[in-house]
Amino acid sequence: MVSLSHYLVLGAILFSIGIVGIFLNRKNVIIILMSIELMLLAVNMNFVAFSHYLQDISGQVFVFFILTVAAAEAAIGLAILVVLFRNLKTINVDDLDRLKG
Amino acid sequence: MNFQDFIFYFFSTVLIASALGVITVRNPVYSALLLVLAFVTCAGIWLLLEAEFLAITLVLVYVGAVMVLFLFVVMMLDINLEKLKEGFWKWFPLGGLVALVMVVEIAMIMFGQHFSLEEMPAPEPKTADYSNTKELGRLLYTEYVYAFELAAVLLLVAMIAAIALTLRHREDKKTLDIAKQVNVKKAERLRIVSMQAERKK
Repeated sequence: MVSLSHYLVLGAILFSIGIVGIFLNRKNVIIILMSIELMLLAVNMNFVAFSHYLQDISGQVFVFFILTVAAAEAAIGLAILVVLFRNLKTINVDDLDRLKG
Repeated sequence: MNFQDFIFYFFSTVLIASALGVITVRNPVYSALLLVLAFVTCAGIWLLLEAEFLAITLVLVYVGAVMVLFLFVVMMLDINLEKLKEGFWKWFPLGGLVALVMVVEIAMIMFGQHFSLEEMPAPEPKTADYSNTKELGRLLYTEYVYAFELAAVLLLVAMIAAIALTLRHREDKKTLDIAKQVNVKKAERLRIVSMQAERKK
Protein backbone atom coordinates (compact mmCIF):
# COMPACT_ATOMS: atom_id res chain seq x y z
CA MET A 1 0.00 0.00 0.00
CA VAL A 2 1.10 3.55 -0.73
CA SER A 3 1.64 5.47 2.50
CA LEU A 4 1.84 9.17 3.21
CA SER A 5 5.64 9.05 3.13
CA HIS A 6 5.59 7.96 -0.52
CA TYR A 7 3.71 11.11 -1.49
CA LEU A 8 5.94 13.31 0.66
CA VAL A 9 9.11 11.89 -0.88
CA LEU A 10 7.64 12.36 -4.35
CA GLY A 11 7.02 16.00 -3.43
CA ALA A 12 10.60 16.32 -2.16
CA ILE A 13 12.00 14.87 -5.40
CA LEU A 14 9.91 17.29 -7.47
CA PHE A 15 11.07 20.21 -5.33
CA SER A 16 14.72 19.19 -5.76
CA ILE A 17 14.28 18.93 -9.52
CA GLY A 18 12.99 22.50 -9.44
CA ILE A 19 16.09 23.62 -7.53
CA VAL A 20 18.45 21.82 -9.92
CA GLY A 21 16.54 23.48 -12.77
CA ILE A 22 17.36 26.91 -11.37
CA PHE A 23 21.03 25.89 -10.98
CA LEU A 24 21.26 24.56 -14.55
CA ASN A 25 19.34 27.28 -16.39
CA ARG A 26 20.81 30.34 -14.75
CA LYS A 27 20.64 32.33 -17.97
CA ASN A 28 17.15 31.51 -19.21
CA VAL A 29 14.41 33.35 -17.33
CA ILE A 30 11.62 31.24 -18.90
CA ILE A 31 13.01 27.95 -17.58
CA ILE A 32 13.60 29.55 -14.17
CA LEU A 33 9.90 30.49 -14.08
CA MET A 34 8.99 26.92 -15.04
CA SER A 35 11.23 25.57 -12.26
CA ILE A 36 9.38 27.77 -9.79
CA GLU A 37 6.11 26.29 -11.07
CA LEU A 38 7.53 22.80 -10.45
CA MET A 39 8.47 23.72 -6.88
CA LEU A 40 4.98 25.12 -6.22
CA LEU A 41 3.53 21.89 -7.61
CA ALA A 42 5.65 19.89 -5.14
CA VAL A 43 4.35 21.97 -2.24
CA ASN A 44 0.77 21.50 -3.45
CA MET A 45 1.37 17.74 -3.63
CA ASN A 46 2.36 17.72 0.06
CA PHE A 47 -0.72 19.74 0.99
CA VAL A 48 -3.07 17.40 -0.85
CA ALA A 49 -1.40 14.28 0.59
CA PHE A 50 -1.65 15.57 4.17
CA SER A 51 -5.24 16.67 3.55
CA HIS A 52 -6.12 13.14 2.42
CA TYR A 53 -4.37 11.23 5.19
CA LEU A 54 -5.46 13.55 8.01
CA GLN A 55 -9.04 13.69 6.64
CA ASP A 56 -9.03 17.49 6.86
CA ILE A 57 -10.18 19.31 3.73
CA SER A 58 -8.61 22.63 4.82
CA GLY A 59 -5.37 21.54 3.15
CA GLN A 60 -7.13 21.57 -0.20
CA VAL A 61 -8.35 25.13 0.42
CA PHE A 62 -4.71 26.15 0.87
CA VAL A 63 -3.81 24.48 -2.43
CA PHE A 64 -6.60 26.53 -4.00
CA PHE A 65 -5.00 29.75 -2.75
CA ILE A 66 -1.51 28.66 -3.81
CA LEU A 67 -2.83 28.00 -7.32
CA THR A 68 -4.33 31.51 -7.36
CA VAL A 69 -1.10 33.17 -6.27
CA ALA A 70 0.95 31.04 -8.68
CA ALA A 71 -1.26 32.03 -11.61
CA ALA A 72 -0.92 35.71 -10.70
CA GLU A 73 2.84 35.32 -10.33
CA ALA A 74 3.18 33.60 -13.70
CA ALA A 75 1.10 36.29 -15.43
CA ILE A 76 3.13 39.18 -14.00
CA GLY A 77 6.44 37.36 -14.51
CA LEU A 78 5.69 36.75 -18.17
CA ALA A 79 4.52 40.35 -18.61
CA ILE A 80 7.83 41.58 -17.17
CA LEU A 81 9.63 39.15 -19.47
CA VAL A 82 7.84 40.53 -22.54
CA VAL A 83 8.66 44.14 -21.57
CA LEU A 84 12.26 43.11 -20.89
CA PHE A 85 12.62 41.48 -24.27
CA ARG A 86 11.00 44.46 -26.00
CA ASN A 87 13.52 46.86 -24.43
CA LEU A 88 16.75 44.82 -24.36
CA LYS A 89 16.19 42.19 -27.09
CA THR A 90 17.49 39.50 -24.73
CA ILE A 91 16.31 37.39 -21.82
CA ASN A 92 19.79 36.39 -20.70
CA VAL A 93 20.05 36.93 -16.96
CA ASP A 94 23.72 37.88 -17.32
CA ASP A 95 22.79 40.90 -19.44
CA LEU A 96 20.47 42.30 -16.80
CA ASP A 97 23.04 44.26 -14.83
CA ARG A 98 21.62 47.78 -15.07
CA LEU A 99 21.24 48.00 -11.31
CA LYS A 100 24.88 46.95 -10.77
CA GLY A 101 23.81 44.34 -8.24
CA MET B 1 0.89 -4.75 -5.38
CA ASN B 2 -2.66 -3.74 -6.17
CA PHE B 3 -3.90 -1.54 -8.98
CA GLN B 4 -3.72 1.72 -7.02
CA ASP B 5 -0.06 1.13 -6.20
CA PHE B 6 0.66 0.42 -9.83
CA ILE B 7 -1.08 3.69 -10.82
CA PHE B 8 0.89 5.62 -8.20
CA TYR B 9 4.28 4.27 -9.26
CA PHE B 10 3.52 4.66 -12.97
CA PHE B 11 2.33 8.25 -12.58
CA SER B 12 5.27 9.10 -10.29
CA THR B 13 7.73 7.79 -12.86
CA VAL B 14 6.13 9.80 -15.65
CA LEU B 15 6.00 12.88 -13.40
CA ILE B 16 9.68 12.72 -12.41
CA ALA B 17 10.80 11.93 -15.96
CA SER B 18 8.86 14.86 -17.42
CA ALA B 19 10.09 17.19 -14.66
CA LEU B 20 13.68 16.19 -15.46
CA GLY B 21 12.89 16.84 -19.11
CA VAL B 22 11.58 20.33 -18.31
CA ILE B 23 14.91 21.44 -16.88
CA THR B 24 17.24 19.70 -19.35
CA VAL B 25 15.80 19.90 -22.88
CA ARG B 26 17.30 22.44 -25.24
CA ASN B 27 14.20 24.09 -26.64
CA PRO B 28 11.94 26.08 -24.25
CA VAL B 29 8.86 25.03 -26.29
CA TYR B 30 9.58 21.38 -25.48
CA SER B 31 10.09 22.16 -21.81
CA ALA B 32 6.74 23.99 -21.72
CA LEU B 33 5.06 20.94 -23.31
CA LEU B 34 6.80 18.60 -20.86
CA LEU B 35 5.59 20.81 -18.01
CA VAL B 36 2.06 20.32 -19.36
CA LEU B 37 2.62 16.56 -19.15
CA ALA B 38 3.90 16.95 -15.58
CA PHE B 39 0.80 18.91 -14.56
CA VAL B 40 -1.60 16.42 -16.13
CA THR B 41 0.19 13.51 -14.44
CA CYS B 42 0.11 15.33 -11.13
CA ALA B 43 -3.64 15.82 -11.57
CA GLY B 44 -3.88 12.03 -11.93
CA ILE B 45 -2.04 11.53 -8.65
CA TRP B 46 -4.35 14.03 -6.94
CA LEU B 47 -7.31 12.00 -8.18
CA LEU B 48 -5.80 9.03 -6.32
CA LEU B 49 -5.81 11.24 -3.21
CA GLU B 50 -9.53 12.00 -3.69
CA ALA B 51 -8.96 15.68 -4.43
CA GLU B 52 -11.14 15.66 -7.53
CA PHE B 53 -11.92 19.36 -7.69
CA LEU B 54 -8.27 20.40 -7.42
CA ALA B 55 -7.24 17.84 -10.04
CA ILE B 56 -9.71 19.31 -12.51
CA THR B 57 -8.68 22.84 -11.53
CA LEU B 58 -5.04 21.99 -12.11
CA VAL B 59 -5.79 20.81 -15.64
CA LEU B 60 -8.15 23.69 -16.44
CA VAL B 61 -6.23 26.57 -14.87
CA TYR B 62 -2.66 25.41 -15.31
CA VAL B 63 -2.71 23.50 -18.55
CA GLY B 64 -5.51 25.56 -20.04
CA ALA B 65 -4.39 29.05 -19.04
CA VAL B 66 -0.95 29.38 -17.50
CA MET B 67 0.90 26.97 -19.77
CA VAL B 68 -0.79 28.38 -22.87
CA LEU B 69 0.45 31.79 -21.72
CA PHE B 70 3.93 30.33 -21.32
CA LEU B 71 3.80 28.84 -24.81
CA PHE B 72 2.60 32.15 -26.25
CA VAL B 73 5.48 34.03 -24.68
CA VAL B 74 8.08 31.41 -25.59
CA MET B 75 7.00 31.42 -29.21
CA MET B 76 6.70 35.21 -29.36
CA LEU B 77 10.26 35.84 -28.19
CA ASP B 78 13.09 35.28 -30.61
CA ILE B 79 15.72 33.76 -28.34
CA ASN B 80 19.31 32.92 -29.11
CA LEU B 81 19.39 29.41 -27.67
CA GLU B 82 23.12 28.75 -28.08
CA LYS B 83 24.04 31.72 -25.91
CA LEU B 84 21.57 30.75 -23.20
CA LYS B 85 22.93 27.21 -23.02
CA GLU B 86 26.55 28.28 -22.46
CA GLY B 87 28.00 26.72 -19.32
CA PHE B 88 24.87 24.63 -18.84
CA TRP B 89 26.50 21.88 -16.76
CA LYS B 90 28.90 24.19 -14.94
CA TRP B 91 26.93 24.38 -11.71
CA PHE B 92 25.36 20.92 -11.98
CA PRO B 93 27.67 19.27 -9.39
CA LEU B 94 26.77 21.84 -6.74
CA GLY B 95 23.05 21.89 -7.62
CA GLY B 96 22.90 18.11 -7.81
CA LEU B 97 24.61 17.82 -4.44
CA VAL B 98 22.15 20.25 -2.82
CA ALA B 99 19.19 18.39 -4.33
CA LEU B 100 20.54 14.97 -3.37
CA VAL B 101 21.18 16.02 0.23
CA MET B 102 17.66 17.48 0.43
CA VAL B 103 15.99 14.35 -0.91
CA VAL B 104 18.04 12.02 1.31
CA GLU B 105 17.34 14.13 4.39
CA ILE B 106 13.62 14.32 3.74
CA ALA B 107 13.47 10.59 2.90
CA MET B 108 15.27 9.75 6.16
CA ILE B 109 12.55 11.57 8.10
CA MET B 110 9.58 10.53 5.98
CA PHE B 111 10.40 6.82 5.82
CA GLY B 112 10.89 6.78 9.58
CA GLN B 113 8.11 5.76 11.89
CA HIS B 114 6.00 8.94 11.92
CA PHE B 115 4.38 8.83 8.49
CA SER B 116 4.15 5.08 7.92
CA LEU B 117 0.90 3.23 7.37
CA GLU B 118 0.86 2.14 11.03
CA GLU B 119 1.02 5.72 12.29
CA MET B 120 -1.20 7.22 9.59
CA PRO B 121 -3.38 4.54 8.04
CA ALA B 122 -4.96 5.26 4.70
CA PRO B 123 -8.50 6.56 5.26
CA GLU B 124 -11.54 4.62 4.13
CA PRO B 125 -12.52 5.38 0.52
CA LYS B 126 -15.35 7.88 0.28
CA THR B 127 -18.81 6.68 -0.75
CA ALA B 128 -20.22 7.53 -4.15
CA ASP B 129 -22.55 10.27 -2.84
CA TYR B 130 -19.68 12.23 -1.27
CA SER B 131 -18.88 15.38 -3.21
CA ASN B 132 -15.41 16.82 -2.83
CA THR B 133 -16.45 20.02 -4.64
CA LYS B 134 -19.39 20.55 -2.31
CA GLU B 135 -17.27 20.14 0.82
CA LEU B 136 -14.56 22.42 -0.53
CA GLY B 137 -17.12 25.04 -1.53
CA ARG B 138 -18.79 24.88 1.87
CA LEU B 139 -15.48 25.50 3.64
CA LEU B 140 -14.39 28.14 1.15
CA TYR B 141 -17.56 30.22 1.45
CA THR B 142 -17.84 30.04 5.25
CA GLU B 143 -14.57 29.77 7.12
CA TYR B 144 -12.23 31.07 4.41
CA VAL B 145 -14.52 33.62 2.76
CA TYR B 146 -12.28 36.56 3.71
CA ALA B 147 -9.19 34.89 2.24
CA PHE B 148 -11.25 33.93 -0.81
CA GLU B 149 -12.20 37.55 -1.50
CA LEU B 150 -8.59 38.62 -0.96
CA ALA B 151 -7.57 36.06 -3.58
CA ALA B 152 -10.10 37.55 -5.98
CA VAL B 153 -8.68 41.04 -5.41
CA LEU B 154 -5.17 39.63 -5.91
CA LEU B 155 -6.17 38.22 -9.29
CA LEU B 156 -7.67 41.58 -10.29
CA VAL B 157 -4.48 43.40 -9.27
CA ALA B 158 -2.36 40.89 -11.18
CA MET B 159 -4.53 41.29 -14.27
CA ILE B 160 -4.32 45.09 -14.22
CA ALA B 161 -0.57 44.95 -13.54
CA ALA B 162 0.05 42.58 -16.44
CA ILE B 163 -1.98 44.75 -18.82
CA ALA B 164 -0.33 47.96 -17.60
CA LEU B 165 3.15 46.47 -17.96
CA THR B 166 2.69 45.32 -21.53
CA LEU B 167 0.65 48.31 -22.71
CA ARG B 168 2.50 50.26 -25.37
CA HIS B 169 1.88 53.78 -26.65
CA ARG B 170 2.72 54.11 -30.31
CA GLU B 171 3.35 57.58 -31.68
CA ASP B 172 1.95 56.97 -35.15
CA LYS B 173 -1.35 55.64 -33.90
CA LYS B 174 -4.43 57.80 -34.68
CA THR B 175 -6.82 57.72 -31.74
CA LEU B 176 -9.37 60.04 -30.16
CA ASP B 177 -8.62 61.45 -26.72
CA ILE B 178 -12.05 62.14 -25.25
CA ALA B 179 -10.70 64.08 -22.27
CA LYS B 180 -8.84 66.48 -24.52
CA GLN B 181 -11.91 66.94 -26.72
CA VAL B 182 -14.10 67.77 -23.74
CA ASN B 183 -11.58 70.09 -22.13
CA VAL B 184 -11.04 72.24 -25.19
CA LYS B 185 -11.47 76.02 -24.65
CA LYS B 186 -13.17 78.45 -26.98
CA ALA B 187 -9.99 80.52 -27.27
CA GLU B 188 -8.05 77.54 -28.60
CA ARG B 189 -10.42 76.88 -31.50
CA LEU B 190 -11.93 80.24 -32.46
CA ARG B 191 -9.94 83.23 -33.73
CA ILE B 192 -11.72 86.52 -34.49
CA VAL B 193 -9.96 88.55 -37.10
CA SER B 194 -10.73 92.20 -37.54
CA MET B 195 -10.73 93.24 -41.20
CA GLN B 196 -12.17 95.88 -43.50
CA ALA B 197 -15.66 95.42 -44.80
CA GLU B 198 -15.73 94.78 -48.54
CA ARG B 199 -18.36 95.75 -51.01
CA LYS B 200 -19.37 93.65 -53.97
CA LYS B 201 -18.58 95.38 -57.23
